[in-house]
Amino acid sequence: MNTLEIKNLNVSIDGQAILKDFSLTIPKGEVHALMGPNGTGKSTLAKVIAGHEDYTVESGEVLLDGVNILGGEPDDIAKAGLFLAFQYPLEIPGVSIANFIRAARQARLPEGEDINAVEYYKELYAKMDALKMDRKFTARSLNEGFSGGEKKRCEILQMSMLDPKYCIMDETDSGLDIDALRIVSEGVNLMRSEERGFLVITHYQRLLDYIVPDVVHVMFDGRIVHSGDAELAKELESKGYDWVKEEFVGAPA
Amino acid sequence: MNTILENPTQTTLANAPAWLADRRTAGLEQFKALPMPSARDEMWRFASVGRLSIDGFNVTDAPAAETLTALVERSNLITKREGLSVYVDDSPAAFEGISEALSAKGVVYLPIAEAIAQHPELMEKYFLKESTELGSEKFFGLHAASVKAGSVLYVPKGVEIEKPFVNYYWTSGARAAVFPHTLVIAEDNAKASVVDIFFSETEENEALNVSVSNIHAGAGANVFRKIVQDWNEKTVSFQLDTTVADRDAQVKNVAVNIGAERARFENQTRIEGPGADVKMYSLTVAEENQEFDQRTFQTHNAGNAVSDLLYKNALLDNARTIFSGLIKVAEGAQQTDAYQTNRNLLLDPTAEANALPGLEILANDVKCSHGATTGNVDEDELFYMMSRGISKRVAMQLMVFGFFEEVIEKVESDELAENLRILIRNKFESKIK
Repeated sequence: MNTLEIKNLNVSIDGQAILKDFSLTIPKGEVHALMGPNGTGKSTLAKVIAGHEDYTVESGEVLLDGVNILGGEPDDIAKAGLFLAFQYPLEIPGVSIANFIRAARQARLPEGEDINAVEYYKELYAKMDALKMDRKFTARSLNEGFSGGEKKRCEILQMSMLDPKYCIMDETDSGLDIDALRIVSEGVNLMRSEERGFLVITHYQRLLDYIVPDVVHVMFDGRIVHSGDAELAKELESKGYDWVKEEFVGAPA
Repeated sequence: MNTILENPTQTTLANAPAWLADRRTAGLEQFKALPMPSARDEMWRFASVGRLSIDGFNVTDAPAAETLTALVERSNLITKREGLSVYVDDSPAAFEGISEALSAKGVVYLPIAEAIAQHPELMEKYFLKESTELGSEKFFGLHAASVKAGSVLYVPKGVEIEKPFVNYYWTSGARAAVFPHTLVIAEDNAKASVVDIFFSETEENEALNVSVSNIHAGAGANVFRKIVQDWNEKTVSFQLDTTVADRDAQVKNVAVNIGAERARFENQTRIEGPGADVKMYSLTVAEENQEFDQRTFQTHNAGNAVSDLLYKNALLDNARTIFSGLIKVAEGAQQTDAYQTNRNLLLDPTAEANALPGLEILANDVKCSHGATTGNVDEDELFYMMSRGISKRVAMQLMVFGFFEEVIEKVESDELAENLRILIRNKFESKIK
């Protein structure tokens, strides 16, 4: 029950199949990395699980601690305990980081119950300090005019403030320099626990030097074609993805 | 029917000077001579002139004392202020004048009638001297003939006043016609701020408003004017506002438009000296069958000056907005920076936003831009917010408030900003499901 279980998921967009009988189980306490070439369906998987409505689910289930979340509204899925860190976080003009996260926390409270503002800010500031974010950021519009690194730190800040059971991180390393990558990874590592599972989607092995995965999966053409331990990521790095195409899919006709 | 529009008469104030009588007569003639607006008129393009139901309104008697008291009580949007005036159906309800210290410096803050009696030369120079050029000349004439309520602020050279002067204009009686007038004269290097607030006593009292506001900013003067228009939705409103800015003057106008069934807002800026910097900001929440018709004119008669306009509208239900803006740069007004932006956020497919940006440039070395965008709520932004657990309704509200925040921040007063947020929230929070 303590798993995020993706079972035989088939998803298409405009009649074109993207995910093909995709299955993956992430137990709490583990970090799973999902690697693979571009265009293989990694980001689609992340968005479908989070409830994006642009995709057509043909069949399958996504069980969060045993409860199917597939096809739910994005806010309900989030409240069930899923967090998606976006590859390209959106800019929301005029909505401050503090108010945004507060609204997200408020949404998790029972009707009529309010957030304790003092405790909220105390926690927010402590977590921003850990991510080396200037406290002045709380008043800034969410992601507006942020650098790539600032946006990703802001994603991790949200993730940490919302205390999810399962985190899906979509290409969190893209657009990060080495310092930002280290800070973001530390933020994630601090959140690793027996109570939480991670799916780290990445194209490059670099991120996995900092966030060391328990399991590495290789995805190609809408499904997982190979799984292994952290060494697999290094192998992929040195051999490239052509190896995957040849070995697991067969050379193109 | 004996109403102000079918049978307009001049308002007479006791001991009125001849120049005033002349201006009132000229106004009356102008009102009678000019035709009612027609849809064929470029200045009224897209406006529902057929819905201009301005018949049957009349000047009313002073409301009962308890009404005045109650409305003075409700005139509480801004507590930190230098002066206050409250008018109800153009009758005076309250007036808090300035301190002796400011009087000693030559500052004047008075109701119009007293200003005319005590400072006739000043009033002859400025009162009813700036008409509109944007289509409502007929209604300016009616205003000139009828105006009796309003406040005059005069700040002499070099005097700086931080706290605002706050003028409340209420409607109360059945089918009342009101003609509020705010006049601000800031001499060289003077500093002042004024807030005009337009309110209705109830949601039901029908009213016609034809208000005029004129700002004269001398060399190096700094004037900040804020407008809160929150009439009920049974009000037909014309606001005819002008700003004249001299050398190095800085003027900022921020208008928040929430109410009225039909609100025509004509806002002109005329730059007469180099180095002037005039800002014109506006936000509008339009719902139900409201129509907001906004016409703006930025005239640069001197070079090396800046004017910047940002009008943002959010529309719900069957509401309509019209933004028509013109920038005119006179021959020789080189190195002008003039900007004009209109942004419309459509929250319902049945709402309609019209935009008519325009430029007329007779100088060759200028930076001018104009642009209008109209869009719906961004689905990707909505998904992003919902993916954090925020419901669709709250996410939409956050986005709309975010859309407005850019303008609300410009009022530079935490108290007023918060009160504006509450007014806006009250208006449409229940609407976004």
